[in-house]
Amino acid sequence: MNKMQKALRELSEMDALAQRSSLIHGLHPAAKLMATVVYIVVTLSFNKYDLTGLLPMVLWPILLFQISGIEVKTCFYKLRIVLPLVMAVGLFNPFFDRDILLRIGTVEVSGGVISMITLMLKGVFSLMASFLLMATTPIDKLCAALRKLFVPKILVTLLLLTYRYVGVMTDELAVMTEAYQLRAPGQKGIHISAWGSFLGQLLLRSMDRAQELYASMLLRGYHQHFHYVDIRPFGAKDALYLFGCVAAFLVVRLVNIAQLIGGMVIR
Amino acid sequence: MHMADALLAPAVAGVMYVASGTAVGVSIHKLKKDDDAKKLPLMAVSAALVFAGQMINYTIPGTGSSGHMCGGMLLSALLGPQAGFLSMIVILAIQCLFFADGGLMALGANIWNMAFYGCFVGYYLIWRPIMRSKRFGATKAAQRVKIILASIIGCVLTLQLGAFSVVLETSLSGITELPFGAFVALMQPIHLAIGLVEGLITAAVLIFVYESRPELVQEVEPVEGEKAKGTLKGVVITIAIIAIVVGSGLSLLASSNPDGLEWALFGNAEAGYSENMGLDEEEFGIQSGVADAAGKVQETTSFLPDYAFSGSDSAVGTTVSGIVGSAIVAGIAVLICFAGKFFRKKDKKEVTNE
Repeated sequence: MNKMQKALRELSEMDALAQRSSLIHGLHPAAKLMATVVYIVVTLSFNKYDLTGLLPMVLWPILLFQISGIEVKTCFYKLRIVLPLVMAVGLFNPFFDRDILLRIGTVEVSGGVISMITLMLKGVFSLMASFLLMATTPIDKLCAALRKLFVPKILVTLLLLTYRYVGVMTDELAVMTEAYQLRAPGQKGIHISAWGSFLGQLLLRSMDRAQELYASMLLRGYHQHFHYVDIRPFGAKDALYLFGCVAAFLVVRLVNIAQLIGGMVIR
Repeated sequence: MHMADALLAPAVAGVMYVASGTAVGVSIHKLKKDDDAKKLPLMAVSAALVFAGQMINYTIPGTGSSGHMCGGMLLSALLGPQAGFLSMIVILAIQCLFFADGGLMALGANIWNMAFYGCFVGYYLIWRPIMRSKRFGATKAAQRVKIILASIIGCVLTLQLGAFSVVLETSLSGITELPFGAFVALMQPIHLAIGLVEGLITAAVLIFVYESRPELVQEVEPVEGEKAKGTLKGVVITIAIIAIVVGSGLSLLASSNPDGLEWALFGNAEAGYSENMGLDEEEFGIQSGVADAAGKVQETTSFLPDYAFSGSDSAVGTTVSGIVGSAIVAGIAVLICFAGKFFRKKDKKEVTNE
C-alpha cells in the first residue's frame, strides 16, 4: 500500500468515526469546537515544570473517548507525525537544564527531564483533543459551525470543496503511483525525467476539470453562495456542555488537583 | 516543518493567528475586488492536487534519497499570491484536522511559516521581479531559465524564512532550553537542502505546465515556436557539482573538529577559535538574552505565577503529595476507562437480548 492509499484509508476511517452516534456526536459542533480550543489553550498555558498540575487534564479526553465510544488506540497512530518534532525539541532540555528539582529516594530528577515530559504530555493531550473533535464531528457540520463563528464564507466554501476533491485527487495519484512503480521496479521514487510530467499531466487535466466544474455549478444556479448543511440551533444542552467544560478546565488550571488529592491522602 | 501545538505558548499562538488572519482578510478583500470568486473550484482542485502531490516521492539523482514538494510557490505561480495563499491555508487545515499534522492552536503559526512566506514573499519578492526582468531576453529558453531560477531561489528563501520563524516562535514560547543560536544553526542548513530539492521539483512541474499551457503560469509571456531542451538537467548537474565541492569541503572541516555542535556552541580556545556563538560553557543556555525574554513573555502569559517543584517552602512535602496525587489521577483515568467498557458491554447485551 503506498502513502496515498494509506492517507485515503485514514480519511475514510475518520469519516466513519464521525458518522457514528453518541452523546458527544449529538452535541452542537460549535460547542465542541470552542471547548476543544479552550482545552488546548489551557493545556498549553501550564508552566513547563508544572507536571502535576497538567496531569489531571488527561481526564477530559479520556472521559470523551469513553462516552463517545471511540477507541483510544485509533488516535495513537496519529502520534507518529506530531511526536518526532516535539521530541526533537524537548530532548535537548535534559542536557541544558540540569538543576535538580526533585528527589525520589536517591534518584535525582533535573528540571530538564520534567520540562521534557511536560512538553510531550502537552503534545499528546492537544492531539487527543483535536482528534476527538474530528472523530465526533463530520466536516460539513464543522464547516457550518465555522460559518456561525464568522469565519469568512470563501474560506469555508474552499475548505469544503477541497476536502471533497482531496479524496478524488489522492485516489488518482495513488493509481498513477502504483502504475509507475509497476513499470519501474526497484526504483524508490519518481525519476528525474518524469519530475515535471508526473504531476504536471494531472495538474493540466484537473484544471480543465475545474473549469467544467464551475460551469456546471453555474448551470445549477450557483450564485457564489453555498447552502450548508442545516445544523440545529445552539441548545441548552450544548451551552451546558461548553460552560461545564470551560469551568472544569479553569478549575484544573487554577488548583493543582493532583497535589490536593495527594495532600488529603497523606495527611 | 509543521509545528505541533505543544511547541507554542498560547500568547505566541494567538499573535500568529492574528498575523495570519490579517493576511487572510487582505487576500479575501483583494479576491473579491478582482471578482475572482470564479476561481474557487480551480483553487479547490489545485489545493487538493498539491495536498496529494506532497505525498509523491521524488528520487534525487545520485543520492538514493527522495525529496518532496511543499507547494506554496507552485500554487502562487499558478493561481496568484492571494488565491494561492488561501489554497495553502486549506491544505494546512485539512492536514491538521484529519492527519494531526500540525495542531489546532499552531495552525496560525503554520500558515505564517509555510503559506505566507511561500505565497506572498516568494511571489512579490522573487517570482514577479524575476519573471518581469528583461535581462534574460524574450526567448523560450530565457523563460525557462527564469522559471527555474525563480522557483529555486523562491523555495530556498521562503523555507529559510519559515525555518527561522519556527525557531523564533519556539524560543519565544520558552519551550526549549536549546540556545537560540544553536537552534538556528541546527535548523537553517537542513532546510537549505530541503529548499533546494523543493525548488527543483517546483521548477520541473512549472516548466511542464509552461511548455503545454503557458497561459496558466502567472506573469509569463508565451513565446511561439522554437524549442529549448535540457535546461533543468543542466541545472541539476551544476547544483550536484557545487554540492559535492561544498560538501567535501565541509566534511574536511568537520573531521578536524570532532564535535561539530560543541564547536559551534562554545568554540575551542585551545584550537585557536574562541567564542563562536559567545556562549560560556560554564553557564550555557540558561542565561541567554532570549531565554530571559522568553521567560518574561511567559510570566505575563500564564495566569498563575510559578508553583513548580522548586522554590516552594516545603518542597519535599509538596513533591510527595504531587506524586501521590498524580498516581490517584492516573487511577481515576483507568477507572473511567473500565466504567466506559462496562457500560458499553451492558448496552450491547441489552441490544442482543432484545
